[in-house]
Amino acid sequence: MSNIVVDKDIAHNHEQGHEDAGSLSVFGFWIYLMTDCILFATLFAGYAVLRDSVAGGPSTIDIFELPYVLGETTLLLLSSITYGYAMLAMNRNEPVMVLRWLGATFLLGCGFIAMEINEFHHLVQEGYGPDRSGFLTAFFTLVGTHGAHVLSGLLWMAVLMAQIKQRGLTSTNATRLSCLSLFWHFLDVVWICVFTVVYLLGVV
Amino acid sequence: MYKQSPIHSSAGTSHGSSRSDMVGFIISVLLTVVPFALVMYPTLPRSLTAWTVVVLGAIQIVVHLKYFLHLDTAAEQRWNFIALIFSAVIIILLVGLSLWIMNSIHHNMLAH
Repeated sequence: MSNIVVDKDIAHNHEQGHEDAGSLSVFGFWIYLMTDCILFATLFAGYAVLRDSVAGGPSTIDIFELPYVLGETTLLLLSSITYGYAMLAMNRNEPVMVLRWLGATFLLGCGFIAMEINEFHHLVQEGYGPDRSGFLTAFFTLVGTHGAHVLSGLLWMAVLMAQIKQRGLTSTNATRLSCLSLFWHFLDVVWICVFTVVYLLGVV
Repeated sequence: MYKQSPIHSSAGTSHGSSRSDMVGFIISVLLTVVPFALVMYPTLPRSLTAWTVVVLGAIQIVVHLKYFLHLDTAAEQRWNFIALIFSAVIIILLVGLSLWIMNSIHHNMLAH
């Protein structure tokens, strides 16, 4: 019974032929994202365990400013929708529009990173750096790892924009755009967990 | 319409329409603003607010998976979906059991 299903799958795949390479890359990238999920899960577990280990230093409620976090969230959410429009422009085969939407996404992402660096800088200057307490170590590790992902996503986006400009929307570039799309939306999903678990539950 | 596009083939999982992206965006905005408002202007009891925030966050993750990552249970995405469920099980075990163990240790060491 199961053999029949597998045979059908194979026949189906052969019909699509040329589609295999691109969609296999995207699937492989999806598997990478799932492992990245598990990386973030360990950091979240560590944060949840260390949250109350403030060692006489500031606790969650002392250092989080929700309006500021709402601003960061807005930037990231807007960048998700602009990337969505870049993908739609790609499906319509309009390289100029793809570049415009990617540019908008890039700027929004830069805004997010700038706000996060500013927040970290502010905390460190007040003496609340990652060395202050177990809570702050876990906080900087978790939020910093997310920030590092966003930063590498921005780097990737810049390189991809240059490649699209030079070579157009080739099928290789389309595959890369699809992978970066998954990466970018995935980072937004992780950020939902961050603002819920770290910031909102920290202040409530 | 995108079926006629020459680059359709390599797009993999990500097909959407501007309508579905916009719907996802609007729902996400609501699911972001409501929990922030609940925490910034407390009206409900504390534990109820906390649970509401967690539930709305979980719903928003599902919304993002559906409308932005365009994940569904269709046959062509079966393996993406199975990989996601597998990771979710590992994550629940990892986070849940870590917290359980550490809370038990905390409790048994009488450190409260």
